Amino acid sequence: MNLPDSCDRSSTVDYLLRVADERLILGHRLSEWCGHAPILEEELALANIALDLLGQAEPILDLAGSLEGQGRSADDLVFFREAIDFRNALLVELPIGDFGFTIVRQFLFDAYSRLYFDRLRQSRLEGLGAIAEKALKEILYHRRHSRQWMLRLGIGTDESRRRVNDALQELWRFTGELFEVDQLEAQLVEAGVAVDRAALQAAWSSEVKEVLRELNLAPPDDGHQVGGGRRGRHTEHLGLLLAEMQILARSHPGAQW
Amino acid sequence: MSNRQDADTQWSLWEVFVQPRSGAPHEHAGSVHAPDAELALQNARDVYARRGKAVSLWVIPTEQIVASTPSDRGPFFDPATDKAYRHPSFYRVDRSSEFE
Repeated sequence: MNLPDSCDRSSTVDYLLRVADERLILGHRLSEWCGHAPILEEELALANIALDLLGQAEPILDLAGSLEGQGRSADDLVFFREAIDFRNALLVELPIGDFGFTIVRQFLFDAYSRLYFDRLRQSRLEGLGAIAEKALKEILYHRRHSRQWMLRLGIGTDESRRRVNDALQELWRFTGELFEVDQLEAQLVEAGVAVDRAALQAAWSSEVKEVLRELNLAPPDDGHQVGGGRRGRHTEHLGLLLAEMQILARSHPGAQW
Repeated sequence: MSNRQDADTQWSLWEVFVQPRSGAPHEHAGSVHAPDAELALQNARDVYARRGKAVSLWVIPTEQIVASTPSDRGPFFDPATDKAYRHPSFYRVDRSSEFE
């Protein structure tokens, strides 16, 4: 595959893993609601979104594998990498918490995800724009789903409001990482391959704060932000998630069902 | 129905109608629980429209549907069964081209 000029191959592979892992890990987290969601209809909705996210990760992992040129398939990348090799932001690996926590995380993520994939459509990396175009339709629905739930939980009962607010306070410090650009990504932005995440933060912030204003909830202070996921520095939660996600494929390599 | 809603915290019931292609009638697909109209529409999409073909959805509060009862069956429907001349069945309609 041809790379745009001034585009380093291993950096590009790393970048694709960043985009894909975020969706893979969040998709897995959402799938943990299977059998536990508050009501059947919502269980189906969460499972649908989980499947959408996995479906979005897969072609990006395929692309990363073929660009890398070492014969690794999407499955190999999902099941046979260690935590330190995963490139997702920390936000998506945190445990699902209660339904309020899940909804607030989706809401914060979906707003970012929509802005990100909207821009990703213009990527100069062959194949990536088309993947983004297809995913964007699903993302618009996800955004609608989490936004509608935010509005209801935020003004629902004292308890639902408290849970939404607790989740917001808890999650806010993980949102800065979504817009952090390092050296590797800055070069790929320059080459027209990567999205300039930093440029999305203002739009994200005003979209999120508009909903919070509607709910009369104070946005948390930006304060201390944590990150490091894209450099492989993860929370202890990722290891447990991977253990569950990978055990079958590792116990029975090549198994088909 | 309304007694049951008082008895637990279950959301109210909505009937879902799916239109498979434009111009075709909306057909009853099933029902969903939802706290309000917007979420009923969202739930209907997730339960009934995600895998199949659909271009439009209707959701209607189940309690708004007025239905005939089993005891209406005789007076409502029997008079029609033995009068073949009332049935518009003497010509053919090609359903496949009806909505093209």
